[in-house]
Amino acid sequence: MDWSQIDLRMVGALWNQAWQNAGITPPLLTVINWVVAAVVLLLVGLNMVIGLIWLERKIAARIQDRLGPNRVGPFGLLQTVADALKLLTKEDITPTEADRITYNLAPALAVFHVLMTLAVIPFADGVIGADLNVGVLYIVAFGSMGSMAALMAGWASNNKYALVGGFRVVAQLLSYEIPLVFAMMIPVLVAGTMRMNGLAQAQGQFGGLGWYVWVMPCAFFIFLAATLAEGERAPFDLLEAESEIVAGFNIEYSGMKFAWFFLAFFLNSWVLSAIGTTLFLGGWQGPFVDRIPALGVVYFFAKTMVMFWVLAWIRATFPRLRIDQMMDFCWKFLVPLALVLLVGTAILLKLGLPSPFDGLALLVWNLVLLIGGFWLLGKAQHRAVYASKRAFTPQLPRL
Amino acid sequence: MLEQYGFIGILAIIAFAFPFIGLAVAWLLRPKRPNPLKNSIYECGVETIGETWVQFRAQYYLFALIFVIFDIEAIFLFPFAVAFNQLTLFAVFEAILFVLILAVGLIYVWRKGALEWQ
Repeated sequence: MDWSQIDLRMVGALWNQAWQNAGITPPLLTVINWVVAAVVLLLVGLNMVIGLIWLERKIAARIQDRLGPNRVGPFGLLQTVADALKLLTKEDITPTEADRITYNLAPALAVFHVLMTLAVIPFADGVIGADLNVGVLYIVAFGSMGSMAALMAGWASNNKYALVGGFRVVAQLLSYEIPLVFAMMIPVLVAGTMRMNGLAQAQGQFGGLGWYVWVMPCAFFIFLAATLAEGERAPFDLLEAESEIVAGFNIEYSGMKFAWFFLAFFLNSWVLSAIGTTLFLGGWQGPFVDRIPALGVVYFFAKTMVMFWVLAWIRATFPRLRIDQMMDFCWKFLVPLALVLLVGTAILLKLGLPSPFDGLALLVWNLVLLIGGFWLLGKAQHRAVYASKRAFTPQLPRL
Repeated sequence: MLEQYGFIGILAIIAFAFPFIGLAVAWLLRPKRPNPLKNSIYECGVETIGETWVQFRAQYYLFALIFVIFDIEAIFLFPFAVAFNQLTLFAVFEAILFVLILAVGLIYVWRKGALEWQ
């Protein structure tokens, strides 16, 4: 049996053939294909969320020595379905003083922007909604709509907790977009393309050692830290800090509208880990993927789940940061680090070193920055702790 | 090339309609028994005091301004990053100079104390 025939493109060819036999020709057929692809993408995303919520709850339970959901269905797998059905039938409460149009539009916008980012994620070689030549920019553009949805929800609720949550959204999501964008720019710089599929293809060299996470660990670290903040996850979940502002911007939402925010949150985490997989972990690259392209889907989802697992691990482990610490970490650590990394990478790549050595030079440069950056951060932290202690302890007379 | 945006357009229509379909289904299924107490604002059982829609603090504008500067810088740098392999050394150093000017701006903002959260 010829294994290279097992390919998602073959399914597509058969599909097109079947429609053409029925007498439907390209202009209409293309539109039908687009609609089917969009619906498939949507369903993949939504079904993914059901699994992801269960996965995250189970991971958090394991880490915190609990059992997690285990009643509905085998291993509690159907718990999320039960929750979704419950939320669907719950009464929807809209505060009388709320700004109704904005209030109702915000959850829809939150779901919309995440679903739109799914369009440029390459699940395997060529299995991508639309391989735009501005793929990375497209992700950045739609990613920034998330802060708009959260601010709309916070503002329209006419609730002070929600408004504080909305303010924090502006501060946090806008700030962390800068290191995120710069960290995404560095793979673009190395690969020379903004196509998501092209970025995954560019990492196929040296049998897995060409993944950008091995070559540029510092860029990956900046991306991961910014991802945690952009995904509104602990330790950066200030905008829905339960102990301070109850639930943040979505406090007044109930029923299906709350479910949309919940869905957007989890799908956003997954999309961010999918972007990280494509940019840094080689996307669909893996052993034998050049001979059996369908394996790419397996590799892609496996890597995405590993990255999601890391995000869940961090969420279950770390305590929440204070808002000034959060802003300082972004503007005084991540942004300068990203700028230095970008300039250094550009200079190193223009030196024109032969193939394996430019990668090694990049690796050394990244490690130097990562270690040096953390050393400086540690020193600054030490100084800050020392200064606060000196302010509170009385000066002892010298003997 | 351009027809890919046809797919984006169709996805946009479906993705925007989808949440509203969900809300419509919920509207059919859910109970509707509002009362004034239920529809009041939830602030831990305490009645809300004063106006909620107050003015933003100036601090947020400061961060928003810095954000706009850096975001525009990023937009300018993306074409540079894509065309990087074809660029001459001179063009690369020009781009680096561009980054450095903004880095000086960041240092200025930092020294001015605008990055301190109060």
